[in-house]
Amino acid sequence: MDFLSIFSAALGSAIGPIAAIYALAAIGLNMHFGYTGLLNFGQVGFMLVGAYGVAVSVLTFGLPIWAGFLASIACAIVLALLLGIPTLRLRADYLAICTIGVAEVVRLIYRAPVARDLTGGVYGRQGFADGFDDANPFTDGLDLGIVSFRASDLWVMVWAWGLVGLATLVMWLLMHSPWGRVIKGIREDEEAVRSLGKNVFLYKMQSLVLGGVFGALAGALIGLNQQTVTPDQFMPQVTFYLWAMLLLGGAGRTLGPIIGSMAMWFLLTLFDEILRGLDSIDMLPFFGGPEVGAMRHAIVGLVLVLLIIYRPQGIVGDRKEMLVNVK
Amino acid sequence: MSSDPTDAAAPDRPVPDRSAGIEPVPGVAKPDPILRADGIRRSFGGLTAVDVDHLEVQRGTITALIGPNGAGKSTLFNLLTGFDRVDSGQWTYEGRSLQGLAGHQVARRGMVRTFQLTKALTRMTVMDNMLLAAQGQVGEKMLGGLLRLWTTQEAANRKRAIELLERFKLDTKRDEMAGSLSGGQRKLLEMARALMVQPGMVMLDEPMAGVNPALVQSLLGHITALRDDGMTVLFVEHDMDVIMGISDWIVVLAEGKIIAEGCPDDIRSNTQVIDAYLGASHDDPAAATGEDR
Amino acid sequence: MRRRLVTVLLAVVAAILASTAPAVADDQGGVNVNGQIRQPEEVEGIDITVFKGDEEIGKATTDPAGKWDVELPEPGDYRVVLDQKSVPKEFVVDDPPGHELEVKVREGQQRTVVFRLAPPGEQESEASPSESKDDEASPDDEGDAAGGIDSSTPFSSQVVQATIAGIVFGLIIAVSSIGLSLIFGTTKMINFAHGDMVTFGAMMALMFSTSATFGAMSLVPAALLAVILGGLLGLGLERFVWRPLRKRNVALIQMFIVSIGASLLLRHVLLISFGAQRNKYADFRIQELLTLGPVSISPRNLSIALLAIAVLVAVGLMLQFTRIGKAMRAVADNRDLSESSGIDVDRVTLYVWGMGGALAALGGVFYGLYESVHWQMGFHLLLLMFAGVILGGLGTAYGAMAGGVVIGLVATLSTLWFPAQLMVAFALAIMIIVLLVRPQGIMGRRERVG
Repeated sequence: MDFLSIFSAALGSAIGPIAAIYALAAIGLNMHFGYTGLLNFGQVGFMLVGAYGVAVSVLTFGLPIWAGFLASIACAIVLALLLGIPTLRLRADYLAICTIGVAEVVRLIYRAPVARDLTGGVYGRQGFADGFDDANPFTDGLDLGIVSFRASDLWVMVWAWGLVGLATLVMWLLMHSPWGRVIKGIREDEEAVRSLGKNVFLYKMQSLVLGGVFGALAGALIGLNQQTVTPDQFMPQVTFYLWAMLLLGGAGRTLGPIIGSMAMWFLLTLFDEILRGLDSIDMLPFFGGPEVGAMRHAIVGLVLVLLIIYRPQGIVGDRKEMLVNVK
Repeated sequence: MSSDPTDAAAPDRPVPDRSAGIEPVPGVAKPDPILRADGIRRSFGGLTAVDVDHLEVQRGTITALIGPNGAGKSTLFNLLTGFDRVDSGQWTYEGRSLQGLAGHQVARRGMVRTFQLTKALTRMTVMDNMLLAAQGQVGEKMLGGLLRLWTTQEAANRKRAIELLERFKLDTKRDEMAGSLSGGQRKLLEMARALMVQPGMVMLDEPMAGVNPALVQSLLGHITALRDDGMTVLFVEHDMDVIMGISDWIVVLAEGKIIAEGCPDDIRSNTQVIDAYLGASHDDPAAATGEDR
Repeated sequence: MRRRLVTVLLAVVAAILASTAPAVADDQGGVNVNGQIRQPEEVEGIDITVFKGDEEIGKATTDPAGKWDVELPEPGDYRVVLDQKSVPKEFVVDDPPGHELEVKVREGQQRTVVFRLAPPGEQESEASPSESKDDEASPDDEGDAAGGIDSSTPFSSQVVQATIAGIVFGLIIAVSSIGLSLIFGTTKMINFAHGDMVTFGAMMALMFSTSATFGAMSLVPAALLAVILGGLLGLGLERFVWRPLRKRNVALIQMFIVSIGASLLLRHVLLISFGAQRNKYADFRIQELLTLGPVSISPRNLSIALLAIAVLVAVGLMLQFTRIGKAMRAVADNRDLSESSGIDVDRVTLYVWGMGGALAALGGVFYGLYESVHWQMGFHLLLLMFAGVILGGLGTAYGAMAGGVVIGLVATLSTLWFPAQLMVAFALAIMIIVLLVRPQGIMGRRERVG
């Protein structure tokens, strides 16, 4: 096994476009869960409508990409309202059930034959990112010695990390304002906040919308990064990756989702590469190469369980802040 | 701001007794009611938890709501403050109907409640707890918060919060987490936080529950001080001694109905009240409704 | 205790992996995917791209004979996408198999991938629910209707058939979701892994009934074993995961996340152990339909329905008349009150988990018989189960039964007008309406859920 190349692959994925995109979506989840205490198990649904927001606007309606981003944001707002209106007045577990269900249903609707004219059905959409590529100012890739990126990666990275920075700034400003104080109060005890004259439902809805918009922007970037979107890449597992990242980094912390995403991608790639290395020299005890992908999902599940049990505060979190109670 | 809080039960109050001369019968009309409720009903499953025909609360008094366990005191409280929904009935505060309003809307009208189990926001600082209660904050709107339009207002709120914390002797704790306070201090914080809303009426749900006996006198002093500042206080309590000492008026609830009303001396001699207290079971009917499911 | 928790988790994973590890092919060599576009004729110049996850692995263009191939770096799961824009105007991509396929490439394998073209308008209707999805190349087509409603029959008889199929499906949901509802009632925890407990039952029965190691027993004893194992899984989860977590006062929200993690773990351990293909039980595959007037039903589905009804009645009698059953209902109704009136709440919770696990496994076997066994079957059933228990009233056993049947019926009837894969959407729509109108469900007590 070539440890240097394994390490370089892991490092590359930790700072690459995918890690940035997941960090952005995890920032949205941090808004929901980390600060507000909302159990959103369907963040992938926001990513899906975001990705298709750009793809469909550009391809079907011939709009420019910036308008596609606006459409993504609009779709996320609609989805948040759809989820929030029935559930945000109820106990936290109802939101959890609805989010996990609605995200999956959104995927099924987007891949259904009835939606094919708009979404391309199971085939998804391709070729909507040409305008984005044409605007790429990078002509050469970047070689930093141990890691290197292609020009197209660099262009996505600029946008993705740029949006991550912007989202982080917005989150920092908001959470250090009276608005953030109300949000944190809701996480602590929403009845108390209600007794002080705050419209808890409205704040929860704003939180759901804002976090959902970050998720949708992440989805739009996924589309631009891959040049293609298909419904089936937005499986429920994506949400659980985001949860693992958020909890690994530290929920309720400004930098938690970013650190979590980078650390998680580093570890996942390391894990993948080592397993592949072992597989190639026939050292895998129980399973063959094809199972590596599934193994990864299983490991993410295990990480979630172990994190909650042993280190609910993650890498940078405050243990006390994480002991949030269900209301 | 207030007199020495330890002379809570002192008979010679500086303010006139606003409940003098009202006839001690259930549902009696008061000369200047701040809260007026009619036909409030709420049942859980088949069991009626609250069934109050008429209730008025006199402005500027301390009114106690008492009754055996499961009499429906807390439920009535929740109904009046918009934290639960009535099956039927209507009620007005300062002459305006509160029916159908949500909890936060009732609070904005000026009727602010506390909770039996203190809801100090434990993982926020004492100061943040206070600031959260200020009304009409620009910074609590999303855009206002983002654009930092709130710094002047925040400074003014902070000043008011410090004054209130001084009054409740919590000013030294202002930067500590609310969770690090003792039970009694949390009750004080909750009361101070309620005042931060600038209410016309405070509704205290068992303010003495779980408080160190040494602190009870100080708490009582603060409650009378509220009244002496012109505020109306309605509180739920079941410790008779506490109630008799500070209440101007007492409303007795049993099995969801008002069985007696009057000033402490009337209640002390009311045989119905004594029966209700001795004869009632200690099960909570609201919790026991679902056995047939 | 922490250490024991981890040890148990790891032991479970290792045991499952060890017992069912697939044989790894020894032969080395390059792996690739290849194919030839030759239906209806050989077409040159079609672009085909291979992805791994989101990453592009390679590209190929068909040669004059319609042939293409892409070298792969290693075995694994790949997504092969045919660029539809490169298809000449006179053709469209036929579906199935569609223009995008998931393939699993094994060590040393030269994997052939089939794309078909067809003149526009002549491609197979993709909306028709087909049951022949057993080959590996089919994309994960979840939620295909098992009713197999033939569009050539008159509509009224379609309705009758769909109603029957819906009742059978609803009974399956009901059996599976009693545990989900009672577990919520007793512990206030939503067991997101419940769907995967369903899959576990179906997979175990499949293993016992097909694997030579177990003598390829017939389905009935295999199902019994699966139900016992499902019960043990429930007991084990409660005893070694949930009870310790409760004793440590882990907040409910955290428990939800643990259950999500557990579901992800269980689902993918099953995937690794048994593969991604759809399987059918060897027994009761093809049967003559029993016909009675306008109603016809296969003996298989009739038996499922009758057995499910028997199980539901038995569970109902148990809850109504036995001590443990009454205790279960009492704890589900009010845990604190039950505890203070002398019920051993921990023991009752343990039994609820055991019963819930066993019923989920049984539901899994039924569902596997009704459709097919697949590693994602439980997750999709979970969404329907959620809809059912919320409709019936979260925390009540009878509510779960009634809600499950209604949801199964509605979901199946929706396939008369809409594609089968959307039936989950209708179930969820009902759930959302219930949450708006009567959040406590049909049979739930009006209480504070907000």
